[in-house]
Amino acid sequence: MSFQPNEVQRRARIASAALFVGFVFLAGAFFRTQVLQNARYTLQSEENRLREIPLPAPRGMIYDRTGKIIAENLPGYSVSLLARNEDSLRTTMRRIGELVHVSSEQVGAAVRRFRRDRTRPTVLFGDAPFELVSVLEERRVEFPGLIIQAAPKRFYPDGPAVSALVGYTGEISDIELGQSQFAEYKAGQQVGKDGIERQYEARLRGREGMRFVEVDARGRVVRENARADLVPEPPPPLYTNIDLDLQRFVHSIFGDSLIGGVVAMEPQSGEVLALHSAPTFDPNRFIGGIPVSYWQELQDDPRKPLYNKAIKGTYPPGSIWKLATAIIAMEEGIAEMDDHMTTPCTGGYQFGNRYFRCWDRKGHGDLDLNDAIAKSCDVYFYQLGLKIGLQKLIAGGIRLGTRERSGIDLPAENRPLFPTDPPKAYYDKLFGPQGWSSAVTLNLSIGQGENSQTVVNMARFYTALATDGQAARPEIVRGQAERTRLFSVTPTQMQALQQSLTDVVGRGTAIGSRLDGIVVAGKTGTAQNAHDAVNDHAWFVGYAPAEDPKIVVAVMLEFGGHGSRAARIATRIMERYLKVRVASMPATEGE
Amino acid sequence: MRARGIPADWPLVVLSLTLSLFGIAMVYSAGQTDVPTFVEGIWRNQLTWLSLGVVVAYGISRTSVRLLEWGALPVYLGACLLLVALLFIGQGAGTAASTKSWLAIGGVRLGQPSELAKLAVVLMLARVLSAERTAPTTLFGLWRPSLIVLVPWLLIMAQPDLGTGIVFIGIFFAMLFWSGVAWPLLVMAASPAVSLILAFGPGVWGAWFLMLLALVAWRRPSWVEGAVLIAANVVMGVVAPLLWARLNPYQQRRLLVFLDPSSDPRGSAYHLIQSQVAIGSGGLTGKGFTQGSQKRLAFLPEQQTDFIFPVVGEELGFIGVTIALGLFCVLLLRTVRVASRASTPFASLVAFGLTSAWFTHIMVNIGMTVGLMPITGIPLPFFSYGGSFMLACWMAVGMLVLVSSEGRGRADGLVI
Repeated sequence: MSFQPNEVQRRARIASAALFVGFVFLAGAFFRTQVLQNARYTLQSEENRLREIPLPAPRGMIYDRTGKIIAENLPGYSVSLLARNEDSLRTTMRRIGELVHVSSEQVGAAVRRFRRDRTRPTVLFGDAPFELVSVLEERRVEFPGLIIQAAPKRFYPDGPAVSALVGYTGEISDIELGQSQFAEYKAGQQVGKDGIERQYEARLRGREGMRFVEVDARGRVVRENARADLVPEPPPPLYTNIDLDLQRFVHSIFGDSLIGGVVAMEPQSGEVLALHSAPTFDPNRFIGGIPVSYWQELQDDPRKPLYNKAIKGTYPPGSIWKLATAIIAMEEGIAEMDDHMTTPCTGGYQFGNRYFRCWDRKGHGDLDLNDAIAKSCDVYFYQLGLKIGLQKLIAGGIRLGTRERSGIDLPAENRPLFPTDPPKAYYDKLFGPQGWSSAVTLNLSIGQGENSQTVVNMARFYTALATDGQAARPEIVRGQAERTRLFSVTPTQMQALQQSLTDVVGRGTAIGSRLDGIVVAGKTGTAQNAHDAVNDHAWFVGYAPAEDPKIVVAVMLEFGGHGSRAARIATRIMERYLKVRVASMPATEGE
Repeated sequence: MRARGIPADWPLVVLSLTLSLFGIAMVYSAGQTDVPTFVEGIWRNQLTWLSLGVVVAYGISRTSVRLLEWGALPVYLGACLLLVALLFIGQGAGTAASTKSWLAIGGVRLGQPSELAKLAVVLMLARVLSAERTAPTTLFGLWRPSLIVLVPWLLIMAQPDLGTGIVFIGIFFAMLFWSGVAWPLLVMAASPAVSLILAFGPGVWGAWFLMLLALVAWRRPSWVEGAVLIAANVVMGVVAPLLWARLNPYQQRRLLVFLDPSSDPRGSAYHLIQSQVAIGSGGLTGKGFTQGSQKRLAFLPEQQTDFIFPVVGEELGFIGVTIALGLFCVLLLRTVRVASRASTPFASLVAFGLTSAWFTHIMVNIGMTVGLMPITGIPLPFFSYGGSFMLACWMAVGMLVLVSSEGRGRADGLVI
């Protein structure tokens, strides 16, 4: 090699410069990473080590009007896992399965939750039984990343008695997660599914808290409380207008053999005192995941326990609708309470080539409107309907709110069915231009035909009859009374209408339901339906006390036979409310 | 001119010792994880290896350069034999369990002979290059140094150990440069490898090839050399990518993983990200000694060996990194000085060869942790945990002290 000193010195200078440049280059790279990009990498490092463990907030308490608990929270436990991947999740589930029974549905649900949201701990058991918790707690070291924590659990002390009212909660579904109203929800969270729980979800949902744990690269929790907890916040309680005592009473007298719906309201304010649908279900069994067998049982039951008969079911109103016909006749100046029809009731009425029966084959003879209501004479109302005319009958019916929801603050109330105005277009469309005649008028005038109403909407209609022609919107929670005028008659006419309803119970079709010391007004209905030719739907809608109405009750019994059966239930509800509740009220509150 | 009684080059020894203690402190910190592993106590082993290394280095510094020169050939042949033997009895370790870089007898791992091979190649190259009166001026004139590097290089690539292979290439070109080989010749010698790297961008490769043609036209090597050179570049730049493209993706992956076991894309991407997060989150002043969360929580892989420098970055911050880089830089500038003042061409080449080996290690290792270099398994001198590597580093220190002690205060016109 050439080892000339100057040469060597030159090479040494080049080499030293190259070395120096190399180190400066490295230092520059570190300066960029550590000083310029520090914030980004610090964030990544925090994300690496901290895991957010949500602390579920208790749902808001639900109280009745006297402060009794309708829905509360019990201490429960949830088991979740900080899973790295699906395999480790399945492995953990399998190992838990070696200790306690784990169903394949539970494994499937856990995997689905993991796939939906990998950033949060995956809920394995939303409502873990105590035995599972104690077994896992003992073997905690064997299950790295397992999180066992208190999770408040919904409880309805009265269970089935409030099921139609309160609904139930459950884990948020895939479909719900995709909806904008649930944008802030995360997989595995509980959400109101029906009833008050659904309607007032936003007010009942608490603010979820957060706990921070430090995990290592394998997902093992190495330090609890890595940062101060964010404490979960329960929302303020929800006070309802429900009278839980009355609600329980309704449930008890309904029993489980009857099918039907009940709505009890305060006629002025529209406050809903009780709302029931039979048969019931147990909302407590939905909490923490409904057992498949119970779900199947509810689905297979032909009486449809999950179908709310008070707000969803629509039924032909039958004779309870005769009051609507009477009101329309008065408004149109066609008949007054003491008017008679040309043809007396002989048990039926010949119209064209068809013979329309009265419910009473013996016939009611010649009677005025008051008696026709009290005795519920069909023949009288056939003729009254014909006098009003189809167009006015339908237009008047629409004004009375027979095509509108009651507006109760519960989810998924069904809209009642009633013809539209003009009737010709409606019936042409329904039956074809040749397929119908003015005979439809006769059916409509007695509450049959193309008329199907919800129990809650009929209760609302009768709040107008109980007061001054203004109907109150049913309110379960809201305090704001909203009254809408359905019809306008003179005070004399109003008194006559109310007298006829009093006569129904006093000496008419509901005579068997008279109460001691309380004058009840109301109307029975026995509605024929397409489903069962023998068993009619039994209706009663009425109010009490007749002189100063405090409660409106609508009762509908599916295939319950004669309306007087419904009347007996309704008047007992009124009696219970008036004797137990109103009698004990301070004088100031009574008004 | 050997100074009796005291080691000759105190700055060199103090710098090496400082870096070693710094390194062992980091190995100690690497063991401080929230879930304790075997790494927890290995700093004691490393301290033992350092002590042994210092003793060996002292021993070497007390011999003579002539002894090194005399021993170069036997050491080289011995190293080559060991590498051959490794292909049959070698064992893997850690993440590179499928390779054969460890020498073990009766299940006890004795060390990595490739560390010895690096020293042997430096000595042998120094001997061969210093034996020539003038530096080679033609490509074919490089056949002897090329052969010396090629044999152990191929044996090491067969283990396979890409990292050590890169160090050999660094040593080879650095020592050719130090022996006075002109830069155009170095460029020509390196050109096929450069072509291979640039081959994946046709435009860049084209520009490189034109530059090479200009260089050939200027230097006018013999026509055979020129033809071989151009042919080699064309093969690397044009044919190799075509062959590569004909391979199935899984075959390509296998080849890459064969060349470098740590190049498993998902694996090394994870390593790199976690390494950068550790370094980046350290900031200016770091999270404090032993307090690095990336390391504590085991996000940082191989934190005691290949990825020990991110621990420096995370815990001591940019300031700690700058101190470490500064120490390395001053050490290497010192060893270049030792090389430039050596008494004989052999001694000078040995010193520069050792310098270049360290430099390659530092650049590739630290560069990879911060994303400047591909992930290859290569340790950081004085820092990375490992007995034979620590021993090899201190043997190098011993040789450098020896060269320094025989060197002169000032080089003045000795021509051989």
